[in-house]
Amino acid sequence: MESFDPAELPELLKLYYRRLFPYAQYYRWLNYGGVVKNYFQHREFSFTLKDDIYVRYQSFNNQNELEKEMQKMNPYKIDIGAVYSHRPNQHNTVKLGAFQAQEKELVFDIDMTDYDDVRRCCSSADICSKCWTLMTMAIRIIDRALKEDFGFKHRLWVYSGRRGVHCWVCDESVRKLSSAVRSGIVEYLSVVKGGQDVKKKVHLSEKIHPFVRKSINIIKKYFEEYALVDQNILENKESWDKVLALVPEKSIHDELQKEFQKSHSSLQRWEQLKKIGSNCGLWLEWEIMLQYCFPRLDINVSKGINHLLKSPFSVHPKTGRISVPIDLQNVDQFDPFTVPTISAICHELDVISTNEKEKGEGETESDTKHRTRNYKKTSLAPYVKVFEQFLENLDKSRKGELLKKSDLQRDF
Amino acid sequence: MQFSGNKRRKLKLAGDQKNACYPHSLQFYLQPPSENVSLIEFENMAVDRLKLLKVVENLGVSYVKGTEQYQNKLESEIRKLKFSYRENLEDEYEPRRKDHISHFILRLAYCQSEDLRRWFIQQEMDLLRFRFSILPKDKIQSFLKDSHLQFEAISDAEKTHRDQDIIASSSGGIKLDLESVYKVPFADALDLFRGRKVYLEDGFAYVPSKDIVAIVLNEFRAKLSKALALTTRSLPTVQSDERLQPLLNHLSHSYTGQDYSAQGNSGKISLDQIDSLAAKSFPPCMRHLHRVLRENHHLRHGGRMQYGLFLKGIGLTLEQALHFWKQEFVKGKMDPDKFDKGYSYNIRHSYGKEGKRTDYTPFSCMRIILTNPPGQGDYHGCPFRHSDPELLKQKLQSYKISPAGISEVEDCGFSLNHPNQFFFESQRMLTGGKDPKKEPSLPETPQPRPGAAGTPKARDAPSTLAALNSSMEVDLEGLEAYFSS
Repeated sequence: MESFDPAELPELLKLYYRRLFPYAQYYRWLNYGGVVKNYFQHREFSFTLKDDIYVRYQSFNNQNELEKEMQKMNPYKIDIGAVYSHRPNQHNTVKLGAFQAQEKELVFDIDMTDYDDVRRCCSSADICSKCWTLMTMAIRIIDRALKEDFGFKHRLWVYSGRRGVHCWVCDESVRKLSSAVRSGIVEYLSVVKGGQDVKKKVHLSEKIHPFVRKSINIIKKYFEEYALVDQNILENKESWDKVLALVPEKSIHDELQKEFQKSHSSLQRWEQLKKIGSNCGLWLEWEIMLQYCFPRLDINVSKGINHLLKSPFSVHPKTGRISVPIDLQNVDQFDPFTVPTISAICHELDVISTNEKEKGEGETESDTKHRTRNYKKTSLAPYVKVFEQFLENLDKSRKGELLKKSDLQRDF
Repeated sequence: MQFSGNKRRKLKLAGDQKNACYPHSLQFYLQPPSENVSLIEFENMAVDRLKLLKVVENLGVSYVKGTEQYQNKLESEIRKLKFSYRENLEDEYEPRRKDHISHFILRLAYCQSEDLRRWFIQQEMDLLRFRFSILPKDKIQSFLKDSHLQFEAISDAEKTHRDQDIIASSSGGIKLDLESVYKVPFADALDLFRGRKVYLEDGFAYVPSKDIVAIVLNEFRAKLSKALALTTRSLPTVQSDERLQPLLNHLSHSYTGQDYSAQGNSGKISLDQIDSLAAKSFPPCMRHLHRVLRENHHLRHGGRMQYGLFLKGIGLTLEQALHFWKQEFVKGKMDPDKFDKGYSYNIRHSYGKEGKRTDYTPFSCMRIILTNPPGQGDYHGCPFRHSDPELLKQKLQSYKISPAGISEVEDCGFSLNHPNQFFFESQRMLTGGKDPKKEPSLPETPQPRPGAAGTPKARDAPSTLAALNSSMEVDLEGLEAYFSS
């Protein structure tokens, strides 16, 4: 794979926006079947241009206009905002107070830096295969709850391009949810509470809510390999002291210190902890598992209807990686280090073009069909396929709803 | 709603049809009444409901809501005023009809300001909470259905299927075989699901009946709030109806408890007592007005009304009042004849001796706070509402209340909402009447509320006033001097 050089971005983006960005599918998503008038036209986009110039309240009349503007402005980063009461690019002409954000997908942003207190391998913007499991667990736990507890059907998970994942919940009813309900959902999904000054961030009450119980069951599947082997959280005194800091009872604390000295591996020590913890009727084992593995959400991202979030298929300016959809069927296999970079796919495109020219194949570049097929021959293809499956489901739902509505009318 | 003339035109309904109109002892007031009502009935119903809501407010302050005492007292008041509350009683139609119509009338009066709306919604919610709590379990489901709330009780089979999860999600013990569980769209159970206090499955919250009240009340509050906002829009039309306008104004400003008119007190006060009484037993607003009158030998109309009616309420006769005001105004170099011509007529008018002969009642705190705010050169109003907080603090300090006295509170045992009530209770305490009840909780009052002002001390109005009272006994001498200066 070509290594990515940020300095090449302007050239790479030019090619990306002309020949690779999946405009048709993108428009198909945000248009939502054209059922609501002006839904796409009232959507806010924001662009970050070269030299950190940030422009908000961009909006477009149709797919064609979107394409042309993106190709013209060559944004380093694209964010998606809310659907407003008026065209965002005309918001200055609207009477004060009348320009309002009305609908938006429910979004989540899970960032690896929020776990710095519990990962030993990396910190801040770095990630590696050892800590990526945190994202895998996060996706499984949150997605299960969104689907099974809240009944949300259309959930798109996207790699952020560097150190985290995003989730876009696109059900029609969800897009209309108030800020208060969105906050409530994040609250429901939160278990780890407290900032840097709080040592013990998880306290379980006597009764364990089904959401917590089911989340713990998911963590159990990964815990041994992730925490006891890869992270090795009970490897030595320095690391197990951090774990024991979560044990409030002095007597248990001291007993475990003793036992840990005698044991020879994280696995053994964990067994000790489980035995001694359960003897005292505490939820100790689970509280530690949750603090080390449970997802940490940023409520501010989710609660605001007008919040802007990085768009799928946007490029990460520092890593060059494309924000690609994650296949939920293969979450465990997702590897952020194999996600294509913009330089890689541009290179792939060059190679293909060269080959086609040599073989005398291919039409002229101005042929639209040619352009729309371009991404298909690159490493981007499988990710667009995941996106298309998501769009298929949206379409099916929409058709089902329309049928139901027209049936009701006929019955009258 | 149609308003007929004086002739009463009652809707004649046969037995079953009557019950069909009002199938439950409580309701969400989703549909406005559509029958004709005489003006007399209109007014009586409204006044009765206002009395009921005042009772709800007072009981909520004196007792913990939901306790047996609270319930019993509230029930007896509701019965006295002939409103509906319980099922399966004889002839429920009239009380339910009264409940329905009076609620909508009060909406007209109470949609007019944020304060009025908030008060109205709070009391209506408390009333609904009480009625809902005494609903028999088998009636709850049909009530919810008729109120268009999408809360279905799930079948026993469905309960058993998820029993462990429902039990694990609810706080406190729960006997599933005895209790109903309702399936509610999750967004309608926000306060429950955000704290993971309820079991969620496929977008629905499974709410045990002990938790359903909170949801029902939230729904009610939201609907009523919206409805009041809409009602405000149609107000201009309603207010232009001359038959209704005075009544609606009276309703939103009235204090329907004791009106502290002078009956029984008349002649019990002599003029030379006023100065000392002012120091001992006048509430701050009246004390202030008295002092200004003594200093400036004049008061504008708003001050004369507020203070003059108060004096009437504590027992000043018309003759005494005429003498009192004239004496003071003449000190301010007013011509005695001018006083007779211009001012004495008004005093006689307020005693009901002129014009339409209404014997005006002294203003309640609510009326003082909400009507006719003081402007430049005015001294009336409520100091806790209309004063600058710093000045108010200074004034209270000048009344020799120690800062500790203000915060360290003696419960006065009543909720204050009328200046004459203050005087009456103060006199009672000073003359060795019954000891004031010591309530475990501090009574809150909707007024005085320091609207724009907002010092923490000012908010403690009744307690401040009570402290004022007790400290006044001690510092009598110092205050006398203060007043004579």
